[in-house]
Amino acid sequence: MSNRSSLGAKLIAAPYIVWSALFIIAPLIFVVYYSFTTADGSFTFANMAELGKYAPTFLRSIWFGIVATLICLVIAFPLAYFISQKTDKVQRTLVLLVMLPMWMSFLIRTYSWMALLQDTGLINGFLSKFGIDPVHMINTPGAVILGMVYNFLPYMIMPIYSVMAKLDYSMVEACQDLGGNRLTVIRRCIIPMSMPGVVSGITMVFVPSVSTFYISQKLGGGSFDLIGDVIERQFQQSYNYNLGAAISLVLMVLILICMAVMNHFTEDEEGMII
Amino acid sequence: MKKVFALLLAFVAATLPVFTGFAVEADEIEALRGTTLYVYNWGEYISDGSDDSLDVISEFENRFGIDVVYDTFDNNETMYSKLKSGGVAYDIVIPSDYMIERMIAENMLEKIDCSNIPNYKYIPEKYRGLSYDPKDEYSVPYTVGMVGLIYNTSMVSEAPTSWKALWDKNYTGSILMFNNPRDAFAIAQSVLGMDYNMQSEAAWKVAAELLKEQKIVSPTYVSDEIFNMMESGEAAFAPYYAGDYLSMKDNNPDLALVYPEEGVNFFVDAMCILKGTKNKLAAELFIDFMLDPEIALANAEYICYASPHTGVYTNPEYSYYQDEFLYPEDGQFKTQNFLNLNPKTLALMSSLWDDVKNHIPNSDSSNYDFFFGDGELGNSNGTVMTPEAWNYVIYIGIFVAVCLAYVVFRYVRKKYREKV
Repeated sequence: MSNRSSLGAKLIAAPYIVWSALFIIAPLIFVVYYSFTTADGSFTFANMAELGKYAPTFLRSIWFGIVATLICLVIAFPLAYFISQKTDKVQRTLVLLVMLPMWMSFLIRTYSWMALLQDTGLINGFLSKFGIDPVHMINTPGAVILGMVYNFLPYMIMPIYSVMAKLDYSMVEACQDLGGNRLTVIRRCIIPMSMPGVVSGITMVFVPSVSTFYISQKLGGGSFDLIGDVIERQFQQSYNYNLGAAISLVLMVLILICMAVMNHFTEDEEGMII
Repeated sequence: MKKVFALLLAFVAATLPVFTGFAVEADEIEALRGTTLYVYNWGEYISDGSDDSLDVISEFENRFGIDVVYDTFDNNETMYSKLKSGGVAYDIVIPSDYMIERMIAENMLEKIDCSNIPNYKYIPEKYRGLSYDPKDEYSVPYTVGMVGLIYNTSMVSEAPTSWKALWDKNYTGSILMFNNPRDAFAIAQSVLGMDYNMQSEAAWKVAAELLKEQKIVSPTYVSDEIFNMMESGEAAFAPYYAGDYLSMKDNNPDLALVYPEEGVNFFVDAMCILKGTKNKLAAELFIDFMLDPEIALANAEYICYASPHTGVYTNPEYSYYQDEFLYPEDGQFKTQNFLNLNPKTLALMSSLWDDVKNHIPNSDSSNYDFFFGDGELGNSNGTVMTPEAWNYVIYIGIFVAVCLAYVVFRYVRKKYREKV
């Protein structure tokens, strides 16, 4: 492959380059600009200095993000493997079922979880029919993580499944021929080969989980503010774009660091790229 | 004969403003046909045709041939941010009193020409010249109301009289709280006997401490979800607007309302025309239309808030005619109004509200006794890292350590295998 792209290739890439300049690079520049200025536009570090008090919220968001991502991974990996083992027709149906909830608005689905989890909600109503005392579920960290897992699970299943579906089965057979039992086949063959899917799944779940803002308000009752809620409040309520931008910038840097650490640690896996 | 004449006169007087009352000439109104009017109002704040009510917007469109683009917001601050960010252009907006004052100060509102609004005569003296708009140049009152404490009689052992019920540990987990700083702070300020519009930084901090202590009873911070949660019996107490209480009570007769003795917020929501409107005449026509007694009555019936319109609240046919909650006697309850806060106080309030929301209750440094017993006010302002935050540091630390251990393990194994 030549490093110099032809004019044609440049033309094909042009719409995307214009798009990313307008809607990705320019907003990023604005975020940086707002983070280091006051409301009247003069340079300041004050926004950054204020961030110390949000440290617990940052930590909570990252921790919730890690937990949600791990749970998604534990659920999604076997499920993706299970789907990929089926015949084409069954696979299509199962993939459709995974995607089905995404046809509905994310907000509506989260809101419905409130109705399920409330003390007087559907689940507790069902339990009380059998004389079981209501279980307090809503407004707990568990409910927030449940919301994240529920909403972002398809983003973990899809990349893992798409890698597994295209897996080279001659490798699996070779592994079996060499005397590997089922566990060895999975451990030494399937897992390493599906790593690209796992890594992009982790990215696609971790990033939205850390920065989400709606789930924690509805399922956490506003008592477990995540950093996304704080950012939303700066823009929507306080009209403090500068502080909001500063928090967003730090969040982006933190996520980049997390991603870099993860990429580094999966680098020695076979041919890993996102 | 005289009686008949008087009746006839009354009839003419009653119908006249509806059909011929506009000072604007008929051909001017005709010229507005086909234009578009952009209206920005609170959610659920206009009679919209559901439940056999009058669809006010369609009625306006049909009567004048003006298209209405109608959007809603759920609090004053969101509305302000959206207008300020400049991405939108509305003609009519219906904010609350203190926000109107702020928007006037920031030159966001257009003066209203009252000669184009003949129905303005229905606004009585007591709702004119209010402090947020002393000369009535920028706003026309739409609804008025008070914040009360709603409670579920089947879940509460005795009827509350004080805002302190919202801090009662016996109701942990079934208390709702405003999810916007201005209303939430007003409750703390009432309990502490403070002025809603105080400037003192120290006093705001004490109010914030009180709001932090409320976390002990795990309140759920809500806005519109309150309807579902109170109607289904999910929560025992909630502070909210009296008008909304009446709509909730229709769905759950166990609910009751009290105006706590420490005092409550009295507010006016008023119709304003935004600077830069391209259709000012239509906007004034719309305001006049909203003040039409028939339309105002339909709105008042639907949204259940008190109306500042003499054609509504003196009408014995009106469902909430002389309602004890909507139309209390003057001076019967202690009330305070919101005024516009200066930018420094606003920034302080936002920052303190972030602290309240981020606060995790901690029995060691609790000031609960200071507010509700005989303890001392400790200083919890300096604690940036709460014990809960340290837990997360430890969790994340363990996670990173496990990951590192795994990487080292693989590395060592690789080396070992290479050797073999």
